[in-house]
Order: sequence, then C-alpha cells, then structure tokens
Amino acid sequence: MIVADKKPIEEIIETVKPYDRILVLGCNECVTVCEAGGKKEVEVLASALRMHFIQQGSKKNFDERTLERQCDHEYLEEIRDIMDNYDAVLSLACGVGVQFMAEKYHTTPLIPGVNTCFLGATEKRGLWTERCQACGSCVLAHTAGICPISRCAKRVMNGPCGGSTGGKCEINKDVDCAWQLIIDRLRDLDRMDEYEIVTPIKDWSTERAGGPRTVAREDVQV
Amino acid sequence: MRLKCPTNFRIIRLPCTGKVDVIHMLRAFEKGADGVFVVGCMEGDCHFKTGNFRARKRVEQVAAILDTVGVGGERVRMYNLSSGEGPLFAQYAIEMDAHIRALGPSPVGTALKAQMTAA
Repeated sequence: MIVADKKPIEEIIETVKPYDRILVLGCNECVTVCEAGGKKEVEVLASALRMHFIQQGSKKNFDERTLERQCDHEYLEEIRDIMDNYDAVLSLACGVGVQFMAEKYHTTPLIPGVNTCFLGATEKRGLWTERCQACGSCVLAHTAGICPISRCAKRVMNGPCGGSTGGKCEINKDVDCAWQLIIDRLRDLDRMDEYEIVTPIKDWSTERAGGPRTVAREDVQV
Repeated sequence: MRLKCPTNFRIIRLPCTGKVDVIHMLRAFEKGADGVFVVGCMEGDCHFKTGNFRARKRVEQVAAILDTVGVGGERVRMYNLSSGEGPLFAQYAIEMDAHIRALGPSPVGTALKAQMTAA
C-alpha cells in the first residue's frame, strides 16, 4: 500500500489561513491503514484546527468527509454537489488522490494534509517499512522475493557491496543488507546456484527516470 | 464511603479506557471543557490486557495536539487505580480540580463564550 505520514498541524494551520470554508477530506484506503488520512484522522485534524482558529476569533468552518477512495472518478464525483460550499479542500489522501482531486475540481484550491512516503508494508501497528519502488520491471523472481531496488541503498543488482557488515548496511546499523537477506533466503530455498547468475544491466526506462508512466490495458477498457 | 469530591466534572463511564479515542477527548475540549482526565485500571491489570496502555498513548497524543493548537497539553491527564480504590479516585478528582483551577479556564471555552455573547 501507499504509506503516508501526517503533516505537522502547524504547517497545515499556515496553509489553511487564507480560506474560510474548508472541507477536510479523508480517504478510506491506504492512508486509513497507515493512520494518516482516514476518517479518524479527519475528525482529529478538523477538531484541532477548529480549536486553534476559534481562539483567534476566526469564523472558519471545517467540514469533514471521507471518501472510499480519492484516486477514482466515481468516488470523487460524490462530492461534486457540495464543492461550491468550500473555498478549499484539505485532502488527507496520498499525493495521487490530491492530484486527482486537483484535476477533477480545477477551480478549487487543494491543500495536502499528509506527506506521501513510499510503497510499504505494516510491520506492526505504528511501523511501516518500504518494500517497493514501483520500478516497472519486477526482479523478485530472481532475488528470492527480496527487492534489491527498494531495500538496497545503492540499488545494487549483483550484491552485496563492500558496505555490508554482519548482515547490516553501511548507511545504518539498523538497516538490513538486502543482499544478505537475498543470499540467506536463496540458501534456505536451496537455490544458491541462482546467485551465480550475473544479472545484466537493468532497464531503468520503466522506472521514474523514464518520465511519468502509464499503464494502458486495452483488453479491459470499454 | 461518603467521600468528598468536586462536583464540577462529568463522569463518562466506559467498559475500558481502551475505548477512549483521541477524538472523544478533543471533542470535550472543543466544546469548552477546561480539562479531561482519564482514569484507567492499574497498568498490568487491564482485563483486556492493553486497554489502559492504549488510553495512555492516546492521552499523550491529545496532549501534543493541545500544545500545538495553543490550548495546553497539561489540561489532559491519565490516572491509574484499581476498582476498589474509591478514596484514591476522589483524591485524583480533587488533584485534577486544583490543577485545572491553577491553569484557569480553557482558551477555547473562553472564545466560545465570547462568540455566544457577540451573537
């Protein structure tokens, strides 16, 4: 899922200052799971903002709404009839949702309420870690299911590098060396012979370096 | 027990402090409450194992938010006692009452009153 983190309330206070009628809009998907932008976070943030601004004598209005998703036309359409009531939308969706809102409601100012961080997994409640960088050409079949793109600091395709010590990466002693994990798992799978195969230079054109990407599936388009 | 206890607070009964969410406490402050205290079971004695630990974490979250928005995180507190400690509950209530009186009224409550007077 997409992992996001809350923006500091102080930063949000500054960005909402020019507006009087604000819709705090949550998203029921990834940002709900990572406790950054779901219904609960919408309620908490709106309440905090109301308390801040009432002390300033300001009559700002913060309404709350949470959509199933903000990255889908059909759910964003649900708020079309109320959009005229607001000067701005404070969206707690990931960067995708915020941008999709901006495209759909062209004349309404949008304020992001979260920092979108990475594609990751929930290790335990309150701890999310990166697992994928959406490089566009998955190599997990050859790396024992452990991604050297997202989990190796250098994105080394034939590792480990010289910075691997005791199974840890040189950037931080708390970070596992991805290639150590790969070798350990290949050994457990009794597939160490695959480690001998030198991986050719990766085609990075499918990654972000190749510019904004599109997946077009004509077989499912109607 | 005929214990003396302040009468200026409202008791909201819950099956476990683990049920208390951040928004419940914030709503109280938003409506003008001067302080909120959460009273849970002794740590390690929660019938649901971690309810009172969850509550403590949430109280800390609320305190941080209140500090950020200028209300003051010291207005929310968590106490722990066992269900047989009525006198201690009364003592905590007296302590919280004195603590909040020393802090004075909540700026949100004051602003709400000013708004109502102006309207």
